Amino acid sequence: MEFISDIVSLLSATLRISTPLIFAAMAGLFAERSGVIDFGLEGKMLAAAFVAATGSYFLGSPWFGLLLAIVACVSLSLLHGFASVTHKGDQVVSCVAINILMIGLTTALAAAWFGQEGLTPTLNDEQRFFEITLPFADALRPVPIIGTIYSEIISGHYIFVYIAYTLVPIVYWIVFKTSFGLRLRAVGENPSAVDTAGIGVYSMRYKALMINGVLVAFAGAYLSTAINANFFREMSAGRGYLALAALIFGKWHPKTALLACLLFGFTDALQIRLQGVELPIIGVIPVQFIQALPYILTVILLAGFVGKAIAPRAIGQPYIKEG
Amino acid sequence: MVSPILELSNINKSFGHVQANKDINLQINKATIHGIIGENGAGKSTLMSIVYGFYQADSGTISIHGNKLNLKSPRDSIENGIGMVHQHFMLVENFSVLENIILGFEGEFIFGKKLEEAKEKLSKLCDIYKLNIDLNSIISDLSVGFRQRVEILKALYRGAEVLILDEPTGVLTPQEVDELFKILRSLKEEGKTIVLITHKLNEIMSLTSEVTVMRQGTVVGHKKTQSTNKEELAEMMVGRSVLLRIKKNESKKGEIIFKVKNLQVKDDLGVLRVKNVNFEIHEGEILGLAGVTGNGQTELLEALSGIRKIESGEIQIFNQTVSDQNNFLNPKDLKEKGLAHVPEDRQRMGLITDFKAHENLIFGYHHQPPFSRSSVLIEDKILDYSQKVMQDYDVRPQAPELITSNFSGGNQQKIILSRELNKNPKILLVGQPTRGVDIGAIEFIHQRLIDMRDKGVAILLVSVELEEVLSLSDRIVVMFDGKIVGEKNNQGVTDREIGLLMAGIS
Amino acid sequence: MPTLIDKSKVPWWVSNVIVPLVNLMLALFVSGLFIFIAGENPIQAVKLIIYGSFGYIEGFAYTLYYTTNFIFTGLAFAVAFHCRLFNIGGEGQAYLGGLGVFLVAINFSFLPVPIVWLLAILGSVLFGALWALIPAYLQAYRGSHVVITTIMFNFIASALMVFLLVDVIRDTNQMGPQTVSVPKELWFPMFRDITQLFGIKTRYSPLNISFFLAILASFLVWFLIWRTKWGYEMRAVGHNTKAAVYAGISPKRNIIIAMLVSGALAGMLGVNEILGVHHRVIVNFPAGYGFTGIAVALMGRNHPIGIFLGAFLFGILYQGGSEVTFDMPNISRYMFVAVQGVIILFSGALENLFRPQIESFFVKRLNKESSV
Repeated sequence: MEFISDIVSLLSATLRISTPLIFAAMAGLFAERSGVIDFGLEGKMLAAAFVAATGSYFLGSPWFGLLLAIVACVSLSLLHGFASVTHKGDQVVSCVAINILMIGLTTALAAAWFGQEGLTPTLNDEQRFFEITLPFADALRPVPIIGTIYSEIISGHYIFVYIAYTLVPIVYWIVFKTSFGLRLRAVGENPSAVDTAGIGVYSMRYKALMINGVLVAFAGAYLSTAINANFFREMSAGRGYLALAALIFGKWHPKTALLACLLFGFTDALQIRLQGVELPIIGVIPVQFIQALPYILTVILLAGFVGKAIAPRAIGQPYIKEG
Repeated sequence: MVSPILELSNINKSFGHVQANKDINLQINKATIHGIIGENGAGKSTLMSIVYGFYQADSGTISIHGNKLNLKSPRDSIENGIGMVHQHFMLVENFSVLENIILGFEGEFIFGKKLEEAKEKLSKLCDIYKLNIDLNSIISDLSVGFRQRVEILKALYRGAEVLILDEPTGVLTPQEVDELFKILRSLKEEGKTIVLITHKLNEIMSLTSEVTVMRQGTVVGHKKTQSTNKEELAEMMVGRSVLLRIKKNESKKGEIIFKVKNLQVKDDLGVLRVKNVNFEIHEGEILGLAGVTGNGQTELLEALSGIRKIESGEIQIFNQTVSDQNNFLNPKDLKEKGLAHVPEDRQRMGLITDFKAHENLIFGYHHQPPFSRSSVLIEDKILDYSQKVMQDYDVRPQAPELITSNFSGGNQQKIILSRELNKNPKILLVGQPTRGVDIGAIEFIHQRLIDMRDKGVAILLVSVELEEVLSLSDRIVVMFDGKIVGEKNNQGVTDREIGLLMAGIS
Repeated sequence: MPTLIDKSKVPWWVSNVIVPLVNLMLALFVSGLFIFIAGENPIQAVKLIIYGSFGYIEGFAYTLYYTTNFIFTGLAFAVAFHCRLFNIGGEGQAYLGGLGVFLVAINFSFLPVPIVWLLAILGSVLFGALWALIPAYLQAYRGSHVVITTIMFNFIASALMVFLLVDVIRDTNQMGPQTVSVPKELWFPMFRDITQLFGIKTRYSPLNISFFLAILASFLVWFLIWRTKWGYEMRAVGHNTKAAVYAGISPKRNIIIAMLVSGALAGMLGVNEILGVHHRVIVNFPAGYGFTGIAVALMGRNHPIGIFLGAFLFGILYQGGSEVTFDMPNISRYMFVAVQGVIILFSGALENLFRPQIESFFVKRLNKESSV
């Protein structure tokens, strides 16, 4: 019985842990499909986490915090666009700048405003999102299998989790079933084709970046106002990079990227459960190795399969008109 | 009665310090095929890109049906019935034909009703002009000729009344060209106006009713096609009378020094692009390789020069096998064997445009004396050498410290040529030696190649310019679909004969 | 839009000195705004920074100590960047480099001191290079983007080192996770020791002879990149891979070499920190210096002279910054991490923001002069 409850909590944790990765990966999908590299997910996630926690603390509602986080992340995305789209700067450098800037600024501003380096005050229940029990969750609990799945695994998460999993089919639909999606994919493959069709390449890329900002803000806000009750220094802990790896591993496709995010989420959930557990034959694995699992997995995934993933053809290149 | 549909007056356009168009005046009549002819860099494409709204003129006016237009983007031009088929197709390769055509003109946010209407309209257009296109095929699966038809269909779907085609035949076989011309004539019959940009005199003569000649950014003359001839047009284009074929002596053929046997080569996607190719080159001979772009010449050159692995077959230099499927010499080793290579794509392969000229003058030979000793570069020697070579080849400006991207196309090509010829190679592979090079440099480059031949070098010349192949080669082989489909001695062979071979009709 | 100008007419000092200076000024201006937002007076902060880094001899020594670290990590980033590789794993490579220094110093302490020093430097080079090898291999042979893999290797290095420091090489007499210290005779001579030779008494500062090692490394990097065929080939691969292949230069080989050299340089930070300062391995001793190297290199346009100037500037900011954090409670040392970000933005991604305007201004001005 203990085995089953282990599995149940592992799966539930997987859903929870994958959520910020999904938001970030979908955010990255819009940017990269439009031809703009986004290594900056990490920094934007940090910015969102800090702004959401701070905003919620001062304004008293996590929704205000989320709104401000969106404003912050969209601004950073626009900054990335200004540097790499308008001024044709190096896209990777621009991303690295945003990441380092945000590590520094979030920590420094927390110190300036709250007196503690890289720590915002703990949010009370009013200032924080709460877990949602889905309808009939309690009633269905006794039903074997389905009841357990519904009440124990699916129910009882933060609203972000449900938004994230609804988001994936919506992204799929936008990217593949609308004219916006058609233009988005075209501008990442052959911007000249878009330009000669009379659509602005820059404006398409900026639109994609704005969507990118909105989505990644959810990832950050989730970290600091839902699963945690404050912001702490470098709390994104590489999730932005993991999400990007998931996107690449998922070949820039929403469905496969989702699966990759779930794989990362599962590894992380497993990692938490494995700490201090004595395994047969191996014994206790040092906690540091277990903690490093998601990072090692990222390297292995990128090494093993991604060598041949075909990126949007125009990715990373500034658009220069050629007659 | 003909009336002007499109009128340009006093168009000026410069890019930085280069004036691409100077005081251009032009009238194009309705339901005609109007040719614009000029050399590379004469400003034809720029002018038409202005008409298409892709560039904005610095001054001057454009009117259609007598109405002055204010063109800020291609969208404005499209809405005024102007369409353009660019030299490099503006297609998204992993999209379907349908997706490419509706891109930007979807008419709805969520695909549905308008998409069905578009399909209907498109199949009607295909019927009228006999375009024979499957809307669901993916562009990357289509031949170049079909991709061009997709571009034409795209322009028609968007309601083009004036259709501009920029060098449309450069990538086509002579037979595909005939097909295209048929389509263009039927478009004219339906009342469309065609503007044909080209540097090929034959096309002007066979297709157009009026022709405008451009040189160095200005219009140098308008003619009724009936009342002019090739020689007159050529002289107007170049500004002096031109020698269409270079003077050269009979080659003094020696023994075979380069031999290719049953060679098979795949491209990056794993598609077999070179199929069982055999040929040999003698000492003191230029072997011309003719063919339409994309028939395996690029992969062949890359395999011969050691850039690309070979699938099977072998390559021999002086009867010694240098490469087969197991053993493979890289470009460095091949240089040691006396093989030099002037690549097809000078900007992407032949040069590092961000390097200084002197760095490019030793590129690939940088590890050899006198340029380096025990892995240390000897700056003085390199600079001395560069000075000398730049003078020899008349590279302008003669500044070894200047970044290479600041040199013109012709001078960049001379940098490559001097580098590859100066080490006294025994075998020389040359790809598209004069693409995008001005007339003066073309003559210089051709002369140097002939000189090399006369010194006993075995030369393989790959060019899509049939004229160039005919004028330089001693012997010609033709490549089609990865295979050598014919061999001709270059005596009395006509371009029509070669053209048929190029189209795969033997 | 400013008119395009003939690039060949732009004097080298305009593109390589004036433009970077303007970018730096912009970055510092924005940084001033941050200090203002944090509730302090930026001008006061600048005064404190200048006093802290130049105002007294130990302060200046501290500045040069930080400069030493930033030279190593700046050179590390620059060498990889010449091959168009974004090695942002300097942090992890430096961490491992320190381990290399420590292991050599502990195990070979029976040898004459100068030889142990040489071996220890070799140890840092070897360990740093090895930590860069896997990302290098994956980039060269599997196409895994080096930005992601090197970041991951920072995380992995951090986990590995904590494990080693807690479970394997911890000094059991200490509570915290740190090693025993290396024998005292192996400690690098300090700035204080040198001034004492001249009869000047100064208080402690961490500046030590590693500074000269950094200068030597700068010269060697310059020589490698601009005067050897290896550097030539790395640059060729970095600018145009396809052309490099055409010329018989192997991109894979050069990616590996560039990353190994880069990792080795980052590893040398361990020499300064272990032999010069801590004399033992402590948790997280690279303390972000690896990341600072990115800003230093981009600001210095990946040239050793520029890197020296960039490293010196960051030395000033770090040392002066600690003065600021001491006097201004609202400013944390992380403010200077943010400054790095701003400098990377303006010197790297936005380097062309005003370049056309500046260049055409000078070209017109010079033309006017020459025609008069």
